[in-house]
Amino acid sequence: MASTSDITRAREEVTAWHPGQIWHPPSTAQKWTDRIFRQLCVVFAASTIALSALLVLEIGVKAIPAFREYGLGFLYRATWDPNKANYGILPEIWGTLYTSLLALLIGTLFGVAAAIFLSEGYLGEFVFRVLKIFNLNFHPFWGKLPIRVEGVLKTLIELLAAVPSVVYGLWGLFIVIPLIRPFCNWLHSQFGWFPFFSTDLSGPGILPAVLVLSIMILPTITAISRDALVAVPSKLRMAAYGLGATRWETILGVLLPTASRGIFGGIVLAFGRALGETMALAMLVGNANRLTLSLFSPANTLAALLANSFPEAGAKEIPVLMYAALVLLAITLVVNLFGALVLERAAVSAEAK
Amino acid sequence: MKRKLACRSGMAVAIAISLASCGGGTGVGNAVKLQGAGASFPAPLYLKWFKTYNGSHPNVQVDYQSIGSGGGVKSFMDRTVDFAASDAAMKPEDMAKVEGGVQLVPMTAGSIVLAYNLDGVPSLRLSREAYSGIFLGKVTKWTDPIIAKENPGVKLPNEPVNVIVRADSSGTTFVFSQHLSTVSPEFAKSVGTNNMPNWPAGTRSKGNEGVTASLLTTPGAIGYVEYGYAHSQNLHMATLENKSGNYVSATTDSAKAALASATLPPDLIVWVSDPVAKDAYPIVTFTWMILYKKYDNREKLDALKSLVAYGLTDGQKDSEALGYVPLPDAVVSQAQAAVASL
Repeated sequence: MASTSDITRAREEVTAWHPGQIWHPPSTAQKWTDRIFRQLCVVFAASTIALSALLVLEIGVKAIPAFREYGLGFLYRATWDPNKANYGILPEIWGTLYTSLLALLIGTLFGVAAAIFLSEGYLGEFVFRVLKIFNLNFHPFWGKLPIRVEGVLKTLIELLAAVPSVVYGLWGLFIVIPLIRPFCNWLHSQFGWFPFFSTDLSGPGILPAVLVLSIMILPTITAISRDALVAVPSKLRMAAYGLGATRWETILGVLLPTASRGIFGGIVLAFGRALGETMALAMLVGNANRLTLSLFSPANTLAALLANSFPEAGAKEIPVLMYAALVLLAITLVVNLFGALVLERAAVSAEAK
Repeated sequence: MKRKLACRSGMAVAIAISLASCGGGTGVGNAVKLQGAGASFPAPLYLKWFKTYNGSHPNVQVDYQSIGSGGGVKSFMDRTVDFAASDAAMKPEDMAKVEGGVQLVPMTAGSIVLAYNLDGVPSLRLSREAYSGIFLGKVTKWTDPIIAKENPGVKLPNEPVNVIVRADSSGTTFVFSQHLSTVSPEFAKSVGTNNMPNWPAGTRSKGNEGVTASLLTTPGAIGYVEYGYAHSQNLHMATLENKSGNYVSATTDSAKAALASATLPPDLIVWVSDPVAKDAYPIVTFTWMILYKKYDNREKLDALKSLVAYGLTDGQKDSEALGYVPLPDAVVSQAQAAVASL
């Protein structure tokens, strides 16, 4: 509802534009621009939906021959052998979910921690204290440093999202794998009986893929979580402190639960990215059709399978790949729906409190 | 003032447009643009040829996209390109689908090497049994007697053999799996010849460059790559046993010896999957350009003919420096005859 003062102000503005006339009906030109603009918006909005629908339809239609031939068995068979026309994508489904979930676990841990670090002024306080030693904390230039440093760090984390995936892949191949190999092989030799360490890490494998993937999804989680944490009303924070809560208690007991909806939204988005990530995974995951729990074994993901097979796929293989693409789409859809559902639940329970 | 400026700039634009249209007018008359797509393996050589050729024939512009053999054949069948290139030649049933006929022309050849990463082992001899066993996943340790037997005096590490194969569908894989199928009946039965077979062992990397990177960073690794990639990265390459039982390393001469043993049939498609010659390197392949037998555009056909003729003659001189094998003279003359008949 607009208050009377708002209306007066609006009236004044109108008078300023049209001297001597307090109001006037919209001109024909205005009406038309209005109408055209509205129609244009409808067209654009509809075309976005139509485009995704068309995409699904196209993939679906092209996948029909494969669906007829392999049926649902495609989802639980474990071989991919174009030579014998024997296709199944269970290892790929497993690999996609396994790598994404592990990456999400690591990414969330570090991402939310980084978001807290950035939103709670830890870094700013530290810089402030350092400045205090030099008695520069209220200096006109240096005094602004605490805020600036936080801004720079935030931008740096967001910049991680701008690094092309090929670069991540190369980095993983030439730096991460040689770096973690001795440690992984030591784990395998000492704790080989443990299913997660049951093979040795020769080169590309699940763990390097997961590590790189978690860094790739970090900026999404951090940026969204930070925004959610910043949006928590400061009176809540003050009230918690007023009740005698320590900083940790405030963060864990008040801030995180209040911001949980936003944080969860970030996690769902990040999961979507992890599921669909192609290039870096195709380079790092080892692309071997294996169903394994071992972190050091090569595996495969749906996106990597598609990327590797499509360029030279024969006419008979394309429907099968389309089918696999449809499965990937379905997984992403389910994840997003599930995320939306949980978000709604979280919102309801938060309001109930 | 403003008006004057606008007037002037308008005139400038008009002049520019008329100039541009003049330039275009003189160019369009005899400029020929050729579109090609296909194999990535010979791409560096082709690009060099096309650039040099364009230098001496500025009116012929060739655009080649290395999208892979399969992709090249597909675009060729869809008639979106003027020529294609493929390491895996072209399937007879695909050739039958192209109206007017298809002519394959061998343009160059290359060896596929087994490169490995073992500290302190500068040379390694692999028998046919050993390398087919490695890629079947049966030989899993470097100290396996099958490997050790042929390498007396070499200190082989007690490490697992990390097999690295191509993850993507590729002509290189086709040729290599074809060779293994010829060498080992067991491989033929369980894995078979394919652009992307279901390898029983190893991790998979994307592209020749991906395999090369994995070979460089993984101790105890062995994988197959084009000679050029292994050579440029200074990877150790294994000496392989050929059909007559000799151990031969990959050189231009040994590859030439392998090619010399091949006689081209009239369609110019031949696989050197297991050469018999005494000093022949065992895994060598031709790579082909795929042309239509009929072109609607006469100028295009002439340009293409002269381009291919250039590649078959002067172009062969570039091949050795880039890690390819020059075609034997007999093959060149057969290919030339085929091109002339188009």
